[in-house]
Amino acid sequence: MIQKKDIPVIAKASPMERFGEANVVITVKNLVKKFGDFVANDDLSFEVYKGEIFGFLGANGAGKTTAIRILCGLSKPTSGELTIAGFDGYIDTEKIKKSIGYMSQKFSLYEDLTVVENIRFYGGIYGISGKEIRIRTEKLIEKLNLESVKDKLIKGLPLGWRQKLAFSVAILHEPKIVFLDEPTGGVDPITRRQFWDMIYEAANRGITVFVTTHYMDEAEYCNRVSIMVDGKIAALDTPDGLMKTFGANNMEGVFLKLARGK
Amino acid sequence: MRTIFYILQKEFTQIFRNKSMLPIMFVMPIVQLLVLSFAATFEMKNIKIHIVDMDKTPQSRAMISKFKGSKFYSIINYADAYKIAENDLKTNKADVILQIPQYFERDLMKEDKASVQLTINAINGSAAGLINAYTFSIIKDFNSNILMDNYGQKIEMPIQINSSFWYNPQLDYKTYMVPGILVLLVTIIGLFLSAMNVVREKEIGTIEQINVTPIHKYQFIAGKLIPFWFIAMFELAFGLLIAKLIFTLPVLGNVGIVFTVAAVYILAVLGIGLLISTITNTQQQAMFIAWFFMVVFLLMSGLFTPIESMPNWAQQINIINPIAYFIKVIRMVLLKGSGFSDILPEFFSLVVYAFAVLTLAVRLYKKRN
Repeated sequence: MIQKKDIPVIAKASPMERFGEANVVITVKNLVKKFGDFVANDDLSFEVYKGEIFGFLGANGAGKTTAIRILCGLSKPTSGELTIAGFDGYIDTEKIKKSIGYMSQKFSLYEDLTVVENIRFYGGIYGISGKEIRIRTEKLIEKLNLESVKDKLIKGLPLGWRQKLAFSVAILHEPKIVFLDEPTGGVDPITRRQFWDMIYEAANRGITVFVTTHYMDEAEYCNRVSIMVDGKIAALDTPDGLMKTFGANNMEGVFLKLARGK
Repeated sequence: MRTIFYILQKEFTQIFRNKSMLPIMFVMPIVQLLVLSFAATFEMKNIKIHIVDMDKTPQSRAMISKFKGSKFYSIINYADAYKIAENDLKTNKADVILQIPQYFERDLMKEDKASVQLTINAINGSAAGLINAYTFSIIKDFNSNILMDNYGQKIEMPIQINSSFWYNPQLDYKTYMVPGILVLLVTIIGLFLSAMNVVREKEIGTIEQINVTPIHKYQFIAGKLIPFWFIAMFELAFGLLIAKLIFTLPVLGNVGIVFTVAAVYILAVLGIGLLISTITNTQQQAMFIAWFFMVVFLLMSGLFTPIESMPNWAQQINIINPIAYFIKVIRMVLLKGSGFSDILPEFFSLVVYAFAVLTLAVRLYKKRN
């Protein structure tokens, strides 16, 4: 468990405080996704601001992954309105894809390629120039301390290293928004802490971070958190606001109250 | 274009990093050509014959010695009773029983005619037909000897048949099989590599990562297709070289035509593979479907049995069988020396085929579901 005192100070600063204004980058209105009779996302509405760390919480099967897949253009919504990075979520999915990054709970790098090869491939398909790819690769390897393993295959790297690399690759093309689907699953606490440092850094550069998790301590690192229960958004506020509303001293308390209240 | 370059770079790296890839590319063609070309033959050698000689006279022995002298027969047993011979037929020890009845010589001398009985295991109909034909020709030969002995001169039949065997004068079965096996080789490599590929990314989960990138569908498919196209073309060249060196396969036509048609044919096969790969979710499903098409297409392709002897409806099915087109073309060009104008209909069909399958593969590959 990460101690509260470990949370970087910058974390709590909202996008308003950091950027002086709140620009909406994601707008979701009355989003519904049905699989047959099963309603995975029931009438979701929310807005996410530029540079914000927006947490998406919920038990397994609450509909987090379904929602994130719709926002990334991997899944078609059944109904509702969707604007992402200024583009319509129905028509301009390919334009949206240029402006977003994505890292899924499933491992997203190629295990049979080396660190450098993975960076080069993803950089290349996002249209970054060869020269720029080399520069960014060098910077990235230095930053992540991967000098000694940069020509090793991904499958030989520890999970924590891979996840940090996967995140870095997901934002290599400087997207407006990065979607992280349970990025820290199965990762040790120290690496998780380093991972969140990277998230803060990205958010401070103005990249909006949309993250799903079921680690309650991680929820406290977010600027705002929405908690999903049975496909619906049961609550949406800052962590402090949620704790106040539900009379709990941590997010776990909030979550349990919500889950029990259903 | 740059995007395709990066996909190609990644695909080639992955393919050649796979340790089983190089053995597959080099060992498979050699083994297939060497083993299949010799094994997949319809020539009958070593026909196992069981002779029941109830007559035991000079004439019956003379007939037996005819079979002894033939390199196609091996006499596995003589018996006095038909029952024993029949048992050999049942247990597959014998392929055919020749029964020479009692009084064979007497009837032949006195009445100028006698009969023998052939009992052939006809589970494999075409083999039985061949055994019948071979045995028939030996007995015919024996007949003409008797006629010569009786009339003191060679008797000529009123109609003489002079056969000449074109395009394969030695009637060498391998000459016929090897080009077909080259097609089989290229097809297996192309179909299975491509069928396994996209679905493998689905299994690992990397396809999601690809689908959230701005890659166009045609770029993705092209990136998957081109490496396998090169590998399959290389396999064809390598296989042809082995065929030429080891089997001294006659190459009467222009090899350039073979490669031109192959270029399109491989696109069609890869298209089928990618189509399978995009509509399945696991490598196991893809494998089963690929095998299904492989077996049906192969058995109907004319590789083993002539298409002309299939029923009309089966021949119609071959319209959608790419293997049939290419086997026809490669045999025509290599063995008959056909020119490009001779194979134009097949070439055109393959062009349409490749175009249709690839369009379908791109259409059915969904970045969003």
